[in-house]
Amino acid sequence: MTESVISFVGIWSSIIAAGVFLYVLLDGFDLWIGILYGFAADPGDRELMMNSIAPVWDGNETWLVFGGLALIAVFPLAFAIILPAVYFPILIMLVALAFRGVAFAFRFQDPGGRAFWDRAFHYGSLVATFAQGMVLGAFIQGFRVEGRQFAGGSFDFLTPFSVLTGVALVFGYALLGAGWLIMKTDGALQDWARRAGRVCLLVVLIGVVMVYVWTPLLEPTVARRWMSWPDVLFQVPVALLTVAACLWEWRVLGGSKDAAPFAVAITLFLLSYLGLAISLWPMVVPYHFTLWQAASSPSTQAFLLVGTLFMLPVILMYSGWSYWVFRGKVRRDLGYH
Amino acid sequence: MSLNPVLLSRLQFAWVIGWHILLPAFTVGVASSIALLEGLHLYTGREVYLRVSNFWIRIFAVAFGMGVVTGVVMPFQFGTNWSRLSDVAANVIGPLLAYEGLLAFFLEAGFLGVLLFGRTLVPPWAHFVAALMVAVGTLISSFWILAANSWMQTPAGYTIVDGRFYPADWGHVVFNPSFPYRLAHTVLAFFITSAFVVMGVGAYTIRHTRFADEGRVMVTTALSLLTMLVPLQVIAGDQHGLNTLQYQPAKIAAIEARWDTTSGFPLTLFAWPDEAAETNHYALDVPYLGSLILTHSRDGSIKGLKEFAPEERPPVPIVFFAFRIMVGAGVLMLVLIVAGCVLRGLGRLFTSDWYLRACQLAIPLGFLAVLAGWTVTEVGRQPWTVYGLLRTADSLTPSLSVPDVLVSLFLYGVAYLVIYPTGFLFMLRLVRNGPGEAQAVTKAPVQAGRPASPIQDLAPLPRPRGLP
Repeated sequence: MTESVISFVGIWSSIIAAGVFLYVLLDGFDLWIGILYGFAADPGDRELMMNSIAPVWDGNETWLVFGGLALIAVFPLAFAIILPAVYFPILIMLVALAFRGVAFAFRFQDPGGRAFWDRAFHYGSLVATFAQGMVLGAFIQGFRVEGRQFAGGSFDFLTPFSVLTGVALVFGYALLGAGWLIMKTDGALQDWARRAGRVCLLVVLIGVVMVYVWTPLLEPTVARRWMSWPDVLFQVPVALLTVAACLWEWRVLGGSKDAAPFAVAITLFLLSYLGLAISLWPMVVPYHFTLWQAASSPSTQAFLLVGTLFMLPVILMYSGWSYWVFRGKVRRDLGYH
Repeated sequence: MSLNPVLLSRLQFAWVIGWHILLPAFTVGVASSIALLEGLHLYTGREVYLRVSNFWIRIFAVAFGMGVVTGVVMPFQFGTNWSRLSDVAANVIGPLLAYEGLLAFFLEAGFLGVLLFGRTLVPPWAHFVAALMVAVGTLISSFWILAANSWMQTPAGYTIVDGRFYPADWGHVVFNPSFPYRLAHTVLAFFITSAFVVMGVGAYTIRHTRFADEGRVMVTTALSLLTMLVPLQVIAGDQHGLNTLQYQPAKIAAIEARWDTTSGFPLTLFAWPDEAAETNHYALDVPYLGSLILTHSRDGSIKGLKEFAPEERPPVPIVFFAFRIMVGAGVLMLVLIVAGCVLRGLGRLFTSDWYLRACQLAIPLGFLAVLAGWTVTEVGRQPWTVYGLLRTADSLTPSLSVPDVLVSLFLYGVAYLVIYPTGFLFMLRLVRNGPGEAQAVTKAPVQAGRPASPIQDLAPLPRPRGLP
């Protein structure tokens, strides 16, 4: 393995990690609106909620596709082992996302069938989130591998642990959503969002603690990492910061600042993500292959990197422009109310 | 043939790609038409272009949404069902797929919001740019996905180390021998498909709605385009066929159902190929025509199927019949175009009700040809995923069981059977409503789904039930 390979793997790991986090933030936000959608009774409000993401949802979902495609190209071995291992969660996620996605257009086309597409949107979002959480759980608990292939059964993913991560992710997305609502509304609804946010936070906190305690029990590699010096130097601060962020979030949910709950919720997501990365580093197929072992050839990585380094800023620029166009609309409509 | 994970996974792939390909076949051409109409409106200021463009944007919105959600399914198939193909070939085809996402999907998705909802929010030129970017995105998408597909058909620019493919020359990987021909043939097919849809919808609009002006714009532009594209497609198809003969002779032998290697062979118009007996029943042959078409010479010869071991032949009847369906659809198209040109010359294009009705009936022709052509090229590649190098049976995910794939096939089956007919009915309804008034159109940019103001601040919601 040459120096150049190592540096590519580093860049690519960062790009893919950032892409996945961006997906979680952006589409998590869409999915959260879909989850909350089922609890909004007034059709006018439902329309507003859906319309607020209609122009951007497929851009957000593109990050999921990009994550998948980058994984094929850069860590093909991980792709070839992990996807068979999570065959059913992926299937369920894709079908749920399909119903969620077409509901945007179909709901307005068909007043008669609106109730059906409303449910498709709500349950599609809910089920897709839960499935993503199960994929995460399956990833943390690791896979049975022989040679270069997944050697377990298609239901190996289904454990109490993966159900826990599924539930935790649903409430995690809901927490992000509650933060967003607090920022965007006032009065009775904001009060409701603050209370709902605290409930979600409690569930997320329990979930995160359980994942933290459970993971070392599942996997001795992680346990060693937790106990060994100097890894503990990275892990302990992140864990402490996570707890601090939870307490902070609890406070701002009960406070008077409108933007803080959303910002702290994002911080909490980032910390959990970081904690996970530290526990698993440098595994990309826990606990069999490292990022370097699963990486594609240097030529493959370089060929894609050239375009990616050039394109990502361009993509962020025009995606930002698209957001900006519609952000303008928010302000103008606000003036009319 | 008994149920096994390979067969079921192939059926699943055929199912999800078969439905998905209908949408690019439609949206690639329509996106360009919208960009063209937006440009014409910007340049000439004529309202009719704006009305027609808005009409198609409404339909495009429904089709594109369906294309996105069925497209997201596709890359995951490589991992869930074809993990050994991914492991063996991803070093080469992985970046091609990733470039499709990077260069095309983000471009389409990023500008789609502005195209659909942004007419009143951005200056006209920016709306035109958004339309152009979406159109360019669909073309870039075709480029990369067909590069990956073509590499699997005619692999080039690679080395094999430890049974896996590694890139040796990216230029040869991307521009592999069949790629230019496949790209031309497929993109032409997509444009032709959407042009026939536009022509048929225009004919309907003339006959059944009060928007005859808009209908005439659609019919004349589509007919002009088709007059150029369909003959061009005949040439592109012929060239693609010759390329296939050079690199995938077994596919050509199956297309023509030629069992023996003979010179001066006939063209079999119809037959019932019998794989067990290695012969054709009820054959209807035109002498020497096969040689003329494939070798451009009267006494040319091609390799017959018997030169390939039975386990290296594609399923002959499927390839044979799919090819005839494709060519049959092409001949019908050519007849329609010639008739249209004659009527246009006589000045009777819009008064010949029978012709307009025929145009309506011809709407599915392009889709039929695309599906049949795709079947020819993909089934004709069998029994290989990477032609001549990696067998389909060796590409499958080893952990899959029959019940696994039955469940996933069933779920995809149900989902697509709900989503596609529903979307199709909505598009039909939009066609029936007609292009509408320009005034109404500017006030509500996209009725296809979304009201005039897509983003507004959330008004206070009523207190939700079921949560604290």
